[in-house]
Amino acid sequence: METKLSHPDYNYTVVRQFTIMTVVWGIVGMAVGVLIAAQLVWPALNFDLPWTSFGRLRPLHTNAVIFAFGGSALIGSSFYVVQRTCQAPLISNSLAAFVFWGWQLVIVLAAITLPLGWTSSKEYAELEWPIDILITIVWVAYALVFFGTIMKRRTHHIYVANWFYGAFIITIAVLHIVNSLAVPVTLGKSYSVYAGAVDAMIQWWYGHNAVGFFLTAGFLGMMYYFVPKQAERPVYSYRLSIVHFWALVSVYIWAGPHHLHYTALPDWAQSLGMVMSLILLAPSWGGMINGIMTLSGAWHKLRTDPILRFLIVSLSFYGMSTFEGPMMSIKTVNSLSHYTDWTIGHVHSGALGWVAMISIGMVYHLVPVLFEKAKMYSIPAIGLHFWLSTIGTVLYIASMWVNGIVQGLMWRAYNSDGSLTYSFAESVLASHPGYVVRFLGGLMFLCGMIIMAWNVWMTIRKEQSIATAEVAEATA
Amino acid sequence: MTSFWSAWIIVLTVISLVLVCWVLFSNRKTTVQDKDNPTTGHIYDGIEEYDNPLPGWWFKMFVITIIFAIGYLIAYPGMGNFKGLLGWTSVGQWQAEVDKAEAHTAEIFAEYRNTSVEALADNPKAMRMARRMFANNCSVCHGAEGKGSYGFPNLTDQDWLYGGSPEAIKTTITFGRKGNMPAWESALGEAGLSDMTGYVSKLSQGKTVAAEAHPDADQKFAMLCAACHMPDGSGNQMLGAPRLNDNVWLYGGDSGRIKHTLAKGRNGNMPAQGDILGADKIHLLTAFVYKLSHTDSSAAE
Repeated sequence: METKLSHPDYNYTVVRQFTIMTVVWGIVGMAVGVLIAAQLVWPALNFDLPWTSFGRLRPLHTNAVIFAFGGSALIGSSFYVVQRTCQAPLISNSLAAFVFWGWQLVIVLAAITLPLGWTSSKEYAELEWPIDILITIVWVAYALVFFGTIMKRRTHHIYVANWFYGAFIITIAVLHIVNSLAVPVTLGKSYSVYAGAVDAMIQWWYGHNAVGFFLTAGFLGMMYYFVPKQAERPVYSYRLSIVHFWALVSVYIWAGPHHLHYTALPDWAQSLGMVMSLILLAPSWGGMINGIMTLSGAWHKLRTDPILRFLIVSLSFYGMSTFEGPMMSIKTVNSLSHYTDWTIGHVHSGALGWVAMISIGMVYHLVPVLFEKAKMYSIPAIGLHFWLSTIGTVLYIASMWVNGIVQGLMWRAYNSDGSLTYSFAESVLASHPGYVVRFLGGLMFLCGMIIMAWNVWMTIRKEQSIATAEVAEATA
Repeated sequence: MTSFWSAWIIVLTVISLVLVCWVLFSNRKTTVQDKDNPTTGHIYDGIEEYDNPLPGWWFKMFVITIIFAIGYLIAYPGMGNFKGLLGWTSVGQWQAEVDKAEAHTAEIFAEYRNTSVEALADNPKAMRMARRMFANNCSVCHGAEGKGSYGFPNLTDQDWLYGGSPEAIKTTITFGRKGNMPAWESALGEAGLSDMTGYVSKLSQGKTVAAEAHPDADQKFAMLCAACHMPDGSGNQMLGAPRLNDNVWLYGGDSGRIKHTLAKGRNGNMPAQGDILGADKIHLLTAFVYKLSHTDSSAAE
């Protein structure tokens, strides 16, 4: 058997901090999301104030859920997984603490500057240059801690989860620095060094790979640890993980141009982006197969373990959205789906179904371990959370599919004299019912998050420790 | 694109595809199958790994997408400067679709080419087509009903900046218009601005009333404003200078907005539609705009 370190040798403090903030930022980010979804149903909720207008809150929502919620989940879980699978404590506790506090500072600065209207206007990279520099410094510290710990590992091989976390850390560093290059004018204003079609291409090379490496590779790293751990089964196939890892990291980086079909981007770039997106289907599904098939021989656990259910359903949504993505990258499909709510639905099938649900499973797995409890305070509450999340996500995706296809068809409909059949405002009116359903779906998802926060709080507060639980089980 | 960058793209693409294929095919078969111990022997924090072979359907799907990609890059532009065997371009596809639509709709509009604007305004079928064209091209600024909004002229009234005859309307649509009111902030000064604001507000009650209330502004008006707006404020359609002695306001008639117009000036821009729509469609649109103003007056009678 392997050698095992006992808990006190690991740095769990930073993992605890990040795990708690995952829950907090998840609620904050999703609450802003529910608010802006409500603004699309009831425009009066913009309150005619610049700070609460949709245009300023939307980047706040995306930054909060991707970088605050997703980022805390990824950094926290990677610090946990890298220690456990390398049998080595983090190389520097103070550097790890710097990563935590630095990342929280970035988030707070984002929450202040975005409503004030400070923006570079680059989607998913709106933060202005002083914050971009802070992100870079924190990210380099994060990379030092992570890769330093891998260098000090006591296992011979590097576990597959760490390959994915590593690819995520390196690629995000490159993407962030290249995309954010700008000429500062004042403390709160800068101009990108890129212009025109080059700017658009750099932006979507960044934007698509923020999805590819932040929201896919990073969370696959999370999946490769927590699914086999929670299922207590070996990973399905080592060679499948080799093939789909290398194929995923080498092909994803090409796919950005599919965001710019039928634009001023040169035809050759659009074609390459499209075919690479199609090739991406199999490598993406490799992760889903490896995760779901890990459960073979233990399917019955899905009936009793809602945490495992979160993890497996997140893989199903992952498989669905990574099929949808290549399909939408086909030019013919894209000419209908582009600029419609279908894109928003696609993003959220990944963001809610995959990213949020696997992170939720991770939190439920981690909290009892980190705070030395036998299990979560309420298992039925996890079950309730599971159904709120699943139904909320389905409502969200389905309403946006309907809206997207309605919009795409209305915009392209024309009369025999060549005039458009519908004005834009008519398509907005037709989208209204879908916006109501989307708001309800988002609200359900947010309610689930609040139940999780309560459950986490009660678990931490609970007197019972692992030791007393074992005694109770032994005497029972 | 220079041949260096073209070669760069081709080489990178080929290397990527070859490496992906190599990883895929070199891991196709499980080499060691120890039935008693099917895992790789690695254990990480209690996690073991099986070494199951790649699922057959997944392997085939992967290969099919790669074959499709190679075929697509031969048929369509993608490999640097290589144009693809089909000769397809996105501009070419767009032009072909536009040409097809033009060929289909040209004769529909050509039918009305020789009918007068006044007669077309009474032709329900022509006006239905024109209304759709107005909704597509004009309503964003002038409103779905043509009533305009702040900064965009109302087309349903009798007040015309550049004239309401069929010829004037057609010229406006075809070539566009640029309205330019200069800024008078420095010439008038703060007190002068307020005085002139009062004067312009009162012009609709007649020039005598305005001149009695603001004698200084009356003199300045003759010097600075009358050249375009005429001494009595009746405006000049040759220049597009609005009539000031009525109660129709393009940029608002309250004293705050009048003062802003005087201080900062205004720049109105009606974009030229000649190259976008062509003469036949503009002929129909002219009739529609002509009808907009004549419908209201007949309803008022």
